[in-house]
Amino acid sequence: MDEVDRAIVNALQGGFPLTERPFTAAGAALGLSEAALIERIRAMLANGTLTRFGPLFQIERLGGCFVLAAMAVPASELERVAAIVNGRREVAHNYEREHRFNLWFVIAAEDAAAVQATSDEIERASGYPVLSFPKEREYFVEMVLAA
Amino acid sequence: MSTSACIDPMDRALVLATQAGLPLVPRPYDAIGEALGISGEEVRSRLAAMLAQGAIRRIGAVPNHYRLGYRANGMTVWDVDDAEVDRLGALVGSQAFVTHCYRRPRRLPHWPYNLFAMVHGKSRAEVEQKVRTLAELIGSACRDSDVLYSKRILKKTGVRLAARPNIESDRPCSE
Repeated sequence: MDEVDRAIVNALQGGFPLTERPFTAAGAALGLSEAALIERIRAMLANGTLTRFGPLFQIERLGGCFVLAAMAVPASELERVAAIVNGRREVAHNYEREHRFNLWFVIAAEDAAAVQATSDEIERASGYPVLSFPKEREYFVEMVLAA
Repeated sequence: MSTSACIDPMDRALVLATQAGLPLVPRPYDAIGEALGISGEEVRSRLAAMLAQGAIRRIGAVPNHYRLGYRANGMTVWDVDDAEVDRLGALVGSQAFVTHCYRRPRRLPHWPYNLFAMVHGKSRAEVEQKVRTLAELIGSACRDSDVLYSKRILKKTGVRLAARPNIESDRPCSE
């Protein structure tokens, strides 16, 4: 990651223009041509610096449902259970954490019933209980980090 | 939490078309519109409306924070007096180093914590310092707390809706 990539990440974690040629407008602010910006973003997606480039949806505002879930899985079973969890399309992300509850993942689906069904299927396939932690109140969300 | 399944069909199609990312072409909105049978202008105005209503948090680069050097990621969890949790949650959430802050249900006896705040840092020492700051802010309203450091990202694809809506979400929007 060089200085140009860093500048792109810092400038473009939001506010990507909704204009006909958005890469031209965004590139101009960074001193990059449209083609150069597209190529930089493509390369950062390919090497894993970026996980995605596009809209970040807040699915609940569209009538969908997000639930944080946790499982306590013995170390010897972790890879098997993680594969079951990750294999579900509804699982948006999954982290291994240092705790007795060592798998923490987010289930995102179109309604609460679909979230529950996913959680039930993970329990059945893994043989371990899933604890769910639906949010009761959101105080702050702004995942923007300086590169 | 919403339990209704009312997504405007064209907005839903737009989510499906863009949830893995925008096309990396000079006119990405035109390209999406072409695939959906609408104009690029309609794509842009629908995305703008979704931004304004909060259905899109933002549009742009989603970095892998490990790659940016933010290797220490602590999910801090607190058992806070129910009478104080909303006031303190807002205070914790207002700290610049907190990226997410939520109130969630306790799951007794396994899980006594009701306030969750995500703290990112380039080292564990940096996260520990920030956790001390939070502990001071929360003060005596906190009965117990813990920090769950992440060891590995096992998956990070973001939200993916099903390509084909299930029967329930085809229901007309009447709720």
